[in-house]
Amino acid sequence: MDFNDTPLEAQFRAEVRAWLKANATERHTREDKFGAGLNEDDYLAAARTWQAKKAKAGYAAIAAPKTMGGLGGTPAMQVVYSQEEAKFLVPDCVFEVSLGTALPTVAMWGTPEQKEKYLARAFMGDHIWCQLFSEPSAGSDIGNVRTRAVRDGDDWVVTGQKVWTSGAHFADYGILLARTDWDSPKAKGLTMFIVDMKAEGVDVRPIHQASDEYHFNEVFLNDVRIPDSERLGHEGNGWKVMLSTLMQERFALGSNFSGDLYAQLIGLAQQAEWNGAPAISNATVRAGIADTYIQQFGVDLIVRRGMSAISRGESPGPEMASVKLIGARAFQTGGALAIELGGAEGLIAAQDLGAEWRLPQLLWISAPGARIAGGTDEIQKNTIAERVLGLPGEIRTDRDLPFRELER
Amino acid sequence: MNFDFSEDQRRLQEEVRRVLKDISTSAEVRTVLDGKASYSAKTWQHLADLGALGISIPEAFGGAGLGHLELCLIAEEAGRALTAVPLLSSIYLAAEAIKLGGSATQKAAWLPQLANGEVIATAVLDPRAQTLAEGRRLTIVGGKLSGTIDAVPDGMAASIAVLYVDQRLVIVDLTSADVMRIPRASLDPSRPLAKLTFDGTAAEELSGGDTAAIARRITEGAAVLLAFEQVGGAERALYAARDYALERHAFGRTIGSFQSVKHKLADMFAAIELARAHAYYGAWAMATDAPELARAASAARVAATDAYTFAAEESLHLHGGIGYTWEMDCHIHLRRARWLGQIIGTTHVWRDALAAALIEEAA
Repeated sequence: MDFNDTPLEAQFRAEVRAWLKANATERHTREDKFGAGLNEDDYLAAARTWQAKKAKAGYAAIAAPKTMGGLGGTPAMQVVYSQEEAKFLVPDCVFEVSLGTALPTVAMWGTPEQKEKYLARAFMGDHIWCQLFSEPSAGSDIGNVRTRAVRDGDDWVVTGQKVWTSGAHFADYGILLARTDWDSPKAKGLTMFIVDMKAEGVDVRPIHQASDEYHFNEVFLNDVRIPDSERLGHEGNGWKVMLSTLMQERFALGSNFSGDLYAQLIGLAQQAEWNGAPAISNATVRAGIADTYIQQFGVDLIVRRGMSAISRGESPGPEMASVKLIGARAFQTGGALAIELGGAEGLIAAQDLGAEWRLPQLLWISAPGARIAGGTDEIQKNTIAERVLGLPGEIRTDRDLPFRELER
Repeated sequence: MNFDFSEDQRRLQEEVRRVLKDISTSAEVRTVLDGKASYSAKTWQHLADLGALGISIPEAFGGAGLGHLELCLIAEEAGRALTAVPLLSSIYLAAEAIKLGGSATQKAAWLPQLANGEVIATAVLDPRAQTLAEGRRLTIVGGKLSGTIDAVPDGMAASIAVLYVDQRLVIVDLTSADVMRIPRASLDPSRPLAKLTFDGTAAEELSGGDTAAIARRITEGAAVLLAFEQVGGAERALYAARDYALERHAFGRTIGSFQSVKHKLADMFAAIELARAHAYYGAWAMATDAPELARAASAARVAATDAYTFAAEESLHLHGGIGYTWEMDCHIHLRRARWLGQIIGTTHVWRDALAAALIEEAA
C-alpha cells in the first residue's frame, strides 16, 4: 500500500511539471484564479490558446489512442496531468465536456470520417463541444426524451427543447439525443446525432441559476437540419451511446467533490467569537470541522482507491456513486457552518465581507445544484442499491409500451 | 499509486475469513454472550494456529514478523465474524505496547506467549477512555500500584495488564494476591468487562522511551485496528439486512424492492465506504509510522464508529420484529458497535482529537 507513482507515472509527472512551469504561472493561494477581469470572449480565446498549446505538447488527449490524435497514454497518466495542472493558473470550465465526455463518445461510436473531421480540431481547441441530453421532462428519467428527429431525404429534421446544457452558449458542436421512433419502447427509439450549434434553428438561452450564475442553458431546436452523415451510431442505438457517455463521466471520478473546506473552516473559526469565547475552541465548531474533513478527505481517499484500480488497469466500480452523495452533502453542511461562523456578519456576501468567505459561500449556494446535477442523490442511491447491493430495480410501468402510448 | 492491499495480503485475509466463518459461529459467540465463558477459547486457538495473533510480532519473539497491514485485515475479519476474543486488549494494545516500549528481556518474556495465545493480557492506555471519576483512580508509589480501574476489557480472562499510570507504562501480574477482580455486566456480554482493584501491587515499568508518546501511538494504532473490526462488522450487518430484504415479502413484493428500504441500505453502504477509506488511510499511516497517524486514526475511529452504529441500528430495524429477538444476531451487532465505539474513548473525544490535529497542521 502506497501513494507513490509507478516509475512511468513519476517520469510523466516530472515531464508535465517541467512543461507547466515553462508555460503557465503557478497558483499560490486558493483564491488565485485565471483570467480575473477578462470578459467572456477574451476568456474563451485564452482557453482555446491554452488548449492548442497543450495539444502541441501532446497533453490534449492523453489517454486517447495515437490514431485518434491522442498521446496513447494510460488513464492514470491523464489523472497525473490533471493533478499537476490544478497547481497552475490556467483557464478551466471550457473544454471539460469536450474532452471528458463528448469527444470520447465520438471516438467510440464515430465513423472514420467523423473522427477525422472532429477529433484533432477539437483537441487543438478549434471546437468546443457540449452535451444535449436532458429535457424539461427527461431529467433523472433520461429515456423520456421527446426531442423529435424526422428523416427527410439525406437529412434529419430536429425539433424540441434541451435544458441544463452546460456551455451551450459558446459551444461549436454538441452530441444530441433525439427520438427517431415513437412506436418502440422509450429506450429503444432514440438516436444520437452530432449537431452544429451554429446551425439555423438552434436557439440558446442562458439559465439564471439560483446561485446568480449562468453556467447552463436552455437550447431550443426548431427544424434544425442534421445530415445523416452526422448520426453517431446506428439509428435506434442512442440509449447505448448515451450510456457510454455517462460511463465516461464516472471516469471524472468525482474529484470535483474533494477539497479543503475544513481548512477554510479553521481559518474562519479562528477569527470568530462564539458565546464570548473563540469559536475555534467551541466543541460544536470543532466537531463540524472534523466531520467536514471526514467527508471531504474521505471523498479524496475513495477517489484514490478508484485511481489505484485504474493504475492496475481495472475500472472503478459503481461504488464511486457514494462519492457524490458524500461530497455534495459536505458542501451543504460545511458551507452552512462556515457562514454560521460569521454570525450576523456572516450574512454579508463575500464581495463586501472579504475574499476568504467567497468559496464557502459559493459551496453553500451551489450545493443544492451539486446534489441534482449528474444524477440526483436518489438516483445515486438507486445505483448503489441495484448495481452494488443487487436489490430489485424500480417498478417501471412504461418500459415496454410504445413511446407514443405513454401518458405525458 | 496503490492505495490498496496486496494480493498476498488479500489471500491471508481470505484464509482468515474462511476459518472464522466455520469457527466463530453464532452459537460459538453466544457461549460468551450467555456468560458460559469469558472468551471463545476455540476461536482464540484457531487464530493462534493461523499465526494471526502474532502476525505483527517479530519472528525473534515467536511472531510471523509481518506488518500492521496484515493485522488490519485480520481485524476486519474478526469484526465480521463477531469474534468473542481479546484481540483488542491482548494484541492491539498490550503486545504492541510491549513491542514498542519493552526491553529485550520484557519482549522475550511476554511476546512469544502473547503470539501463541497462551497468555492473555489486558490494557488500558488512554486516560480519556474512562470518564467517571470512580473508574480511574490509580497511583504508583515506589513501584507499587494502588487504586481502582473499571470497565477493563477482558479483565477476567487476562493474566497480565499493561497500564498507563502517572506517565508510566507498567506491566502488572493480575494473578497476584493483592489484585481484586470483579466481573462487570457488559452491554455487550460477548465482550466482557471487569473492575480491577490494586493494593500495593508490584508494577514493572516498561523500559523504553517517551511513555506518553508510546501510549498515544499504541492507542492510535488500536483505533485504526478497531476501525477495521467495525468496518467488517458493519459490512456483515449490511449484507444480513440486504439478504433479509430480498427474502422477506410484504404487500406482495420483496421488501428490498421498496425505495425507502433500498435507500436505507445505500446509505449504509456509503457510510461504510467512507469508513473503509479512512481505515485504509489509517492502516497506511500506521504501517509507515507517518506523522499523519493522529489525524488518520482519529478520522478512521469516528467514521468507523458512526458507520457501524448506523449499520447495526438500521440492520436490526430492517429485520422488523424478528430482528428484535435474542435469537437473531442483530442485537449482537448493536451491542458490539456500542462497545467498540466507546471502549477506547467515544467519538466525541476522537472528533475533538481530529479537530486538534487539523488545527495543529493548519498552523
